[in-house]
Amino acid sequence: MNRRRISIRQELPLLVWLVFVWGALWQDFSAGNLLFGALIAVVVARLFYLPPVELGGRFSIVRAVPFAIVFLGKVVAASFQVLYLAVARGPKVTNAVVAVQLRSHSDLMVTATGHVISLIPGSLVVEVDRSTSTLYIHGLNVRSGEDIVNLRKEVRDAEAALIRIMGTREELAALKQEVGA
Amino acid sequence: MNPEPSAVDTVIDAVSAVFMVVGAVMSLGAAIGLLRFPDLMSRMHAATKPQVLGLFLLLASVGLQLRTWWVWPALFVAWIFQVLTVPVSAHMVGRAGYRTKHLHRELLTTDELEAVVQKAADKKTADGRAAGGQEPDERAAHDGPADDGASA
Repeated sequence: MNRRRISIRQELPLLVWLVFVWGALWQDFSAGNLLFGALIAVVVARLFYLPPVELGGRFSIVRAVPFAIVFLGKVVAASFQVLYLAVARGPKVTNAVVAVQLRSHSDLMVTATGHVISLIPGSLVVEVDRSTSTLYIHGLNVRSGEDIVNLRKEVRDAEAALIRIMGTREELAALKQEVGA
Repeated sequence: MNPEPSAVDTVIDAVSAVFMVVGAVMSLGAAIGLLRFPDLMSRMHAATKPQVLGLFLLLASVGLQLRTWWVWPALFVAWIFQVLTVPVSAHMVGRAGYRTKHLHRELLTTDELEAVVQKAADKKTADGRAAGGQEPDERAAHDGPADDGASA
């Protein structure tokens, strides 16, 4: 086992999450139960060692809360849109597969963006090109070039929001430069 | 259960009733979408979005009705795992579906992936013996896939 070890600080979000799941499953958040959960979390993280998730090292809660609310709103909008399309257009719906080049090359960012856009209106990730961090997105109800431009902008915006929440400092600086230019 | 329901109880009951009905409608919408959409990938849209919201609303109404905060973390965990796994499964099904050509090309207005997959497939047959050793999308990456700006 010569895989790279990561520091306890980098592993902390994972451990906190595991302890939370433990507490939620027992429905018991007393100190003793959480302590035992923490012990199990550490043992599990050591025994079943997975490649570490490389976090950006920063997390902006100020940006995360509005993003979560907007995200939930978009999930609602997406659901009603799909419901409407299913009932009104059904078999006649037209789609497109669009390539979107992302700014970030970190696995976490590409994954997070892929998840977010899979749940917001009209998009689904078909293929990921990791080396160039390009997402190939299947758009529902894409009828014209304008729709494609909108879809691409939506994906890039979702990524920008995620970078503002938890991107690395370099990504954030590059984003600021891009928006400023 | 209180013999005389207070105003708060009425509001909570009303909210959870609305949540339950809308959640059930969302699940119905997912079913209608699965039946009516023409190809696999549009069906995956129906299977992901309304379903996630429907589950969220139903879990929220369960939480509201049980009136104990202990149940909220469990419901939260259930929903988060749903949010994390649904896009992944939809992606895997969509990816497999695209490559096995379970889609109606005439319904696509643009397809910027076709050239990349085609290129990867050509390269694979040309290389012959090396085939199977490397993932096709990795090969596509080395060839430089469709340029985002030029293909718009």
